Amino acid sequence: MDYVFQFGVVFQRSDLIISGLLMTIKLSAIATIAGFLIGVVCARARQEGGRLSRAVAATYVEIIRNTPFLAQLYMVAFGLPQLALWFGIHIRPSPYILAIVALSINLGAYITEIVRAGLDSIPRSQVEAADSLALTPFQIFFYVKLPPALGKVFPSLTSQFVLQMLGSSVVSVIAVQELTAVAGRIQSETFRTFETYLVVTAIYFALAFALRGILTVLVTTIWPWMPRGPRGRAS
Amino acid sequence: MRYFSPNDVLFLIQAAQWTLYLSLLAFAFGGLVGFVVALSRVSSSTALRWVSRAYVQIFQNTPLLMQLFLIYYGLSLVGFSLSPIVAAAVALTFFSSAFLGEIWRGAIEAVPRTQFEAGESLALTPWQLYSHIILPQAIRIATPPTVGFFVQIVKNTSLTSIVGMTELMRAAAMMNNATMAPMKVFTVVCLIYFVICFPLSLLSRKLEVRLHAGR
Repeated sequence: MDYVFQFGVVFQRSDLIISGLLMTIKLSAIATIAGFLIGVVCARARQEGGRLSRAVAATYVEIIRNTPFLAQLYMVAFGLPQLALWFGIHIRPSPYILAIVALSINLGAYITEIVRAGLDSIPRSQVEAADSLALTPFQIFFYVKLPPALGKVFPSLTSQFVLQMLGSSVVSVIAVQELTAVAGRIQSETFRTFETYLVVTAIYFALAFALRGILTVLVTTIWPWMPRGPRGRAS
Repeated sequence: MRYFSPNDVLFLIQAAQWTLYLSLLAFAFGGLVGFVVALSRVSSSTALRWVSRAYVQIFQNTPLLMQLFLIYYGLSLVGFSLSPIVAAAVALTFFSSAFLGEIWRGAIEAVPRTQFEAGESLALTPWQLYSHIILPQAIRIATPPTVGFFVQIVKNTSLTSIVGMTELMRAAAMMNNATMAPMKVFTVVCLIYFVICFPLSLLSRKLEVRLHAGR
């Protein structure tokens, strides 16, 4: 093998890489927050909702979890504008918006299942105690069930957020200028394909570790009292 | 431009067989490598544990898409000219072996400590200990998440369309370009994926329930 690696040309375009990195961070931050909210709402709907909202939430979760994200992305990116057209609405959302919509819908389904597992593990006696204190159903959910449930599934939530961040590389196919799309641009300009993707992969790797660290620090600062991990020990 | 016809649905179903082949390849090879990874993760050799841990960390913390690109371009750099299906299978093997390795490590570690100790006190060799005592129990624990992960593999084969593998997703993208009927095309595609994945998800859940009922 007489191939000479040249990373110089890749690093020369570091401003491009940084802009892609920022876009990846922005995309996953927004999608994480939106997906988390969708997940909590749907988990509540699946647990405490009426028959209809249970069915809707269950269908949403099963459809999303059993089809690839790429198919969902294409569906949103190409299908959504067409769907709107059938109703006589002309919209042409930017790829950025479409990516956020697809990522949030996707993540929401996974978070629903994780949060639901957490809610299932809350002892009945807790709810009965809260009930006997005349807390409203919303108060019971929000103050009694949700915090310990989230604490219990914190490791799974973190992994899902990291997977989501890594999965956001796929949105490069609809031309969102995030890290992967930027890498594609750099490699086509420099012909240093392998080097470019190696650098970008290393950035994703660092980002994944950083995200895990940030989430752990964030949660331990916000809820220092909260038991974490499946058996209530800090993990 | 032409219209999306029932024949096109047949074409998509035909393309789906490549998705299945690729998934099975990735699962078979990923399973083989993953088994080695799982055993290395619980091995008594520190070096082996560290190497396998690094392997898992690398493939679990980088996007599959990047792994596909690196293997596709990397191997052609070293002089192998690969067909897309080989590159895709190799990349998916790395990816699934890391995840399966972790799942199976968890299953091995979930076998009660006392089982290991009992086996050792009977002077079983490591091979006997694992093949007769630990693995039979670990396999029972590992089956539901393994079936669940097969669903992940099926879904992730869709990414190979980006590096030029003609499976279901790429066939769909081409058909979308030809017919300009994205809602119809991608609804059919989602349906095909769903028909493959949903029964497996149900099976995984059922096995999970049965496992816990047995205790």
